[in-house]
Amino acid sequence: MNAKDITFLEDTFKKFYFENFDLLHVPDDPNQREFGYQKFNGGMNRHISLKSDKELHLLLMQNKPSDVYCSNARYMFPNLSMAEKDWQNAELIFDIDAKDLRKEHPKDNTLIKCSDCNEISQLKESCPKCQSTKLSFITLTCNDCIKSSKDEVVKLNQILTDDLGVNEENIKIFFSGNEGFHIYVPKSEYENVGSKERGEISDYIMFRGSIPETFGFKKFNMNKSSLPKFEDAGWNGRLAKHLYGTKSNRSKISQEIISGGYTLFQKKLEDFRDSIGIKIDPNVTQDIHRIFRLPGSINSKSGLTKIFVEDLKKFDPYVDACFIDDDEIEVAANCPIEFSLKKKKFGPFKNEQVSVPKFAAVYMMCKGIASRV
Amino acid sequence: MVNLGNDEIVKYPFLTEAGKYLNDKGFSLEQFGSDPDLKKIVDNAFERIITSSEGKIFKSDPSSNNSALPLEIFSFLIAVILLKLSGMNTLIRRFSLAEARRAEKFLEKDLMNHQDATKAKLSLQILQELFSVTVEKTDEEFTILISDYLKHSINFHEREWKLINRKVSKGKVHLTPHETVRLVRKELDRHIYAKINSSSTPQMIVGFETYVDKLKQLAKKFEVKTVESKEFPPCIKHAIEVLEKGENLPHSGRFMLATFLLNKGQTVEQIAPLFKNAPDYNPKVTIYQLNQLSGTSGTTEYKCPSCEKVKSQDLCFAVPACDTIINPLQFGRKRV
Repeated sequence: MNAKDITFLEDTFKKFYFENFDLLHVPDDPNQREFGYQKFNGGMNRHISLKSDKELHLLLMQNKPSDVYCSNARYMFPNLSMAEKDWQNAELIFDIDAKDLRKEHPKDNTLIKCSDCNEISQLKESCPKCQSTKLSFITLTCNDCIKSSKDEVVKLNQILTDDLGVNEENIKIFFSGNEGFHIYVPKSEYENVGSKERGEISDYIMFRGSIPETFGFKKFNMNKSSLPKFEDAGWNGRLAKHLYGTKSNRSKISQEIISGGYTLFQKKLEDFRDSIGIKIDPNVTQDIHRIFRLPGSINSKSGLTKIFVEDLKKFDPYVDACFIDDDEIEVAANCPIEFSLKKKKFGPFKNEQVSVPKFAAVYMMCKGIASRV
Repeated sequence: MVNLGNDEIVKYPFLTEAGKYLNDKGFSLEQFGSDPDLKKIVDNAFERIITSSEGKIFKSDPSSNNSALPLEIFSFLIAVILLKLSGMNTLIRRFSLAEARRAEKFLEKDLMNHQDATKAKLSLQILQELFSVTVEKTDEEFTILISDYLKHSINFHEREWKLINRKVSKGKVHLTPHETVRLVRKELDRHIYAKINSSSTPQMIVGFETYVDKLKQLAKKFEVKTVESKEFPPCIKHAIEVLEKGENLPHSGRFMLATFLLNKGQTVEQIAPLFKNAPDYNPKVTIYQLNQLSGTSGTTEYKCPSCEKVKSQDLCFAVPACDTIINPLQFGRKRV
């Protein structure tokens, strides 16, 4: 990113923070948290300790960060090096991101950027200018992506409450600031468990590593009655619903499963991972030393804000998380597809100078498809 | 701490303080080396070690403990002394595991004891006090908190112990009595091993020399020599292929590849060029991250992830030769 764009974005973000201090808070136990931030084109600054909202606001004003983070873990000495921090516990966290949900990039919402010649174009298999296949993908606003992320959040919530015994009031959902959701379980029996144990929790949620025996399929003396039933708790019940569709199909489909044999059923279970497993990012859940985007801060991948979601169904991130003002700004934009923000449509822009509201300009600059003129 | 009767000490002898127990019963260690009447106990102790070295569980004869000399308890205590005198860690390991499995059988039986409520209560208390596992009994099933379950189950490599393969509801895992006890075997083993290791080694006792020499000879049988092939496991080959093609290898794949090669003794400078084809290659960042993984910039040297972890990250491309390994680093290692 060039210096002019950086200055513009830094000033815009700073203005947002100055006007929205009420959105940015340190957690209840700030003394135990590690904070971190990044600057545009800069590396990560972490191992920072902040004691109050005031100190946080000062950091935002002084450093003009592109991104701000706070640990889900609590430490005795959060500002010391990792080995000396003395880890105490960590909130259970989940990351659901649209990029992990799709099998292919959404055609109408994706751009490609060639790593060799920097050409930006509509979704193709290779760069139309130099034919290179080294491409990075840029996804713009996509309602279907948000819808599928929301569906995963709902399914995750069900497993957290029904299977893992988490109180519904203890599940906090945040829009990630780009194209997904961050889910926190702030206080629970799980906050003391380590990384390997959290790996087991993520495998459970993602339906990974299951074996036929778990669902009553034995290698010998197989009997229909041992296969999953609709009323079973946990994955057995969910699998039954997925396998049979309706209760009346159970008998017929059970027989087919038995006839197919053990190995085929095992193969099917692996395939079910994609269809019924919840698509969380396991690395986030397993990482007990992570610094996670701070609620209320702007995500520099989009210029949208990570905010608390009260009503998931009604929530529209492209309206509700877009806080940058709408002063008109001149930018050179290279955005060959259309996108929509705050219920307004923008683009396509073919390498042209355009005047757009600041929120749209910031969005495109964060996506790397526009520059200040 | 759990209050133990003689009955319980027979089942769980590792819960006693060896020296104190012998003293309380009016014996000194030297007597066991010299008194012909006590030779039977030393023979028994020796036998107990031999049995454990063969991977079997020492057969219990609780009736012998009703006599003046509680043979079973003494044989355990003397076995510990013989092991300490031999200094053979491999035998101590085998002994701890066999004793853990022996105790496990009693714990399971006690858990299911419907006639004697105190026995069931005591076994629950042992689980609670020794392993911090709170077990609740509901009908024929036992439930424990998922968080407690996970602390123990992660020690197992068998897939049946994965949380996904357990009956789970409302924050609890449902287990049979057998599974409940099996869950703590490793900790039981560790507890016994730690207890033996922390007990002091006495001076050689006259009359014990032959037993100790025999144990030293026996331990030699268990020395393992291995040879290793230079071939990379399929997961590593695949990761290298992906990078060579200039395709994107996920972070977890890069972590696996880098830690594997570092653990195999390659240097950061040897490994870094492998990543030069990655779409987001940045030489400075690559060197920084490799230094972090190798422990040169930080304090932690990262280990290559286990096969289970690699599998869960969709990075596993197992071939039959992978059947017997639990970490990619073990690929191609054979016993001779």
